[in-house]
Amino acid sequence: MIKSSSNSAINAKDVKVDVHYLTRVEGHGNIVVDVKDGKLTKCEFQVIESPRFFESMLVGRPIWEAQHLTSRICGICACGHSLASVKAGEDALGIKPSDQTVTLRKLLLYSEMMDSHILHMYILVAPDLLGVKSIMPLIKTDKPVVEMALRMKRMSDYAGEVLAGRHIHPISYVIGGLTQVPSKEGLEKLYKMMLDARKDTDETVKIFKRLKFPEFQRPTQYMSLTSNEEYAMYEGDLVVNGKSHTKVKYYKQLFTETVVEYSRAKIATINNKPYAVGALSRFNNNSDKLHKKAKNVASELGLKAPCHNPYLNTVAQLVEWVHCLEESIAIMEKLVKDGIEEKKVITASWPKRSEIGKIKYKPNTGIACVEVPRGSLFHEYTIDETGHITHANCVIPTNQNMGNLEEDMRKLVPELLGKKTQEEITLDLEMLARSYDPCISCSTHLLDVKFV
Amino acid sequence: MKKQGKPKLAFFDFTDCEGCQLQFANMGEALLQLTELVDIVNFREIMSEAGEDYNIAFIEGSITTDNDVKRIKRIREKAKVIISLGACATIGGVNGIKNRTPLEVAKQRVYGDKADSVNTIRTFAVHEVVKVDYFINGCPVYIPEVISVVKCALMGKPYVVPNYAVCVECKMNENVCRYEKDQECLGPVTRAGCNSWCINYGNKCYGCRGLVDNPAAAGQKDILQKYGLKLEDILQQFTLYNDAMGEKYDKEFKQ
Repeated sequence: MIKSSSNSAINAKDVKVDVHYLTRVEGHGNIVVDVKDGKLTKCEFQVIESPRFFESMLVGRPIWEAQHLTSRICGICACGHSLASVKAGEDALGIKPSDQTVTLRKLLLYSEMMDSHILHMYILVAPDLLGVKSIMPLIKTDKPVVEMALRMKRMSDYAGEVLAGRHIHPISYVIGGLTQVPSKEGLEKLYKMMLDARKDTDETVKIFKRLKFPEFQRPTQYMSLTSNEEYAMYEGDLVVNGKSHTKVKYYKQLFTETVVEYSRAKIATINNKPYAVGALSRFNNNSDKLHKKAKNVASELGLKAPCHNPYLNTVAQLVEWVHCLEESIAIMEKLVKDGIEEKKVITASWPKRSEIGKIKYKPNTGIACVEVPRGSLFHEYTIDETGHITHANCVIPTNQNMGNLEEDMRKLVPELLGKKTQEEITLDLEMLARSYDPCISCSTHLLDVKFV
Repeated sequence: MKKQGKPKLAFFDFTDCEGCQLQFANMGEALLQLTELVDIVNFREIMSEAGEDYNIAFIEGSITTDNDVKRIKRIREKAKVIISLGACATIGGVNGIKNRTPLEVAKQRVYGDKADSVNTIRTFAVHEVVKVDYFINGCPVYIPEVISVVKCALMGKPYVVPNYAVCVECKMNENVCRYEKDQECLGPVTRAGCNSWCINYGNKCYGCRGLVDNPAAAGQKDILQKYGLKLEDILQQFTLYNDAMGEKYDKEFKQ
């Protein structure tokens, strides 16, 4: 719903943008920009989702329930939240999962990365670039492309189904391992779907090569995990523009979060300056670790690290799609051939009922970070001697990006004044916000919670 | 069906994770077939068009602010049919946990000295605020059930949510009972319809579809006794999804 004053002249001195309920993003957000006499007086991205109190909900609950509960923070990143949650739980409990469990977790994470990226690229961003309001008109005009997008989405969603029972709120991925081994038939079918997805991927690269993204440059601080072993998603150290290596457990020393009045989300800064997380940050920090095919696609699409155009986050997502697909195929090849060793993977989701209440826990704090589609996600839990959570903290990518998005808006608006109409400026701002792929449901519960 | 006569569908989300709407996107081919039968006129998560003329409204999420109350009442006035989609809408879902803490304390905890500026009320399921015509339970919703309900709504037929326990479906799926494996499970008292989804994948039932109407309290107490479980233990687990309706369950079980 866009409210704007009637002034549509290009050389307007007063511009007022008030996008109420930004569409094609996950969650509820407003964009408010006010230009008076050619001067920018207000520039805000407001998160107006109702507060959800997740960190408060976790307090008093058993650590064994944390994955089930925190997965419900977000329908898109349910697997990412689950993985961050089980890793943090394991850190608190001193449990180390088997290598095969870790491999299966990476596979689930790659599939979620693909699922979310394809949704964002085709259904949320592409309509802007094609000048339509949503994918709905495209069903009539470009049905084969829509079918292809849904097929790619279906493949990554099916991966969640085979691996974890379902992609939205996964069932079998728990602390210590899996409650059930993925079926052989399911894995074989998925493997075939992944091989078939290569053709759709090539076609998608061709389509996105033709699309024109807005020109805009603003170098900023790009934060992500990094690793010597691989293109870091499941584990690694934190890094900012390739520097300031920080262990995940010291994340609070790297960035700080502050509350702003107009929003239900916090704004995060590094050295008092905003920073970005997500596909573009990962690409800028770790592009040398990408799969060869992903590197080729990046150069075909003209994406080079470091890239300072936030609109190209969507292109970085396509590059990551290629990387995740190829890495998944490599893992699947081995799984289909060698099978999964059940006893190294299988675990129960809770301790035995007859032992509940008898187990002594060591009071401890567990911290974990996972790269999810929108950037670095942190979960932190403190447990007491009964294994119940006494304090919880979750830091969400969208919160970390919020300050950076506003900084982009502050640079972009003056550049557009005098060149574009108010309606065009509004669309550019909407597209900018959408390029960050904001996930607002996640970010709204993240105000400091202190417990007595 | 004639083109002009196509029913108009709208989706509205309140306080939730939007996962149930996403289940629609995950329907794949079935979604494309659906778009041939109906016009989707309002679906903010995936489209910018915002049609105000609709017959069938899917409501996702719980009602947790004064503004939510006003908004849902406006939707009720316009829509011929309202369908509650998912645990947050049908029973309050995990948002109900908030109701355990006095509201003033919860606000104070989260917003400190700015507590007064926060607009939040206790968590309500949608049917506690307006009349609801169809219920699709679950966290998230189960796609085969979604398709059944949509068919019923389009044909104007009632849909009866199963009123037997998850155990019935679980037995048919030949799962080993969680209690036999020295685990707890809410299957014996939770409304079926999910095809015992979580137990099929080696986990247990967390009660996301809410309690059956008549949970056969005496029989259930026998089961609990047989496995040495206390009522309080199982009531404690109910609070994960069913706290918004918690008083009702306390009454059912403590009788």
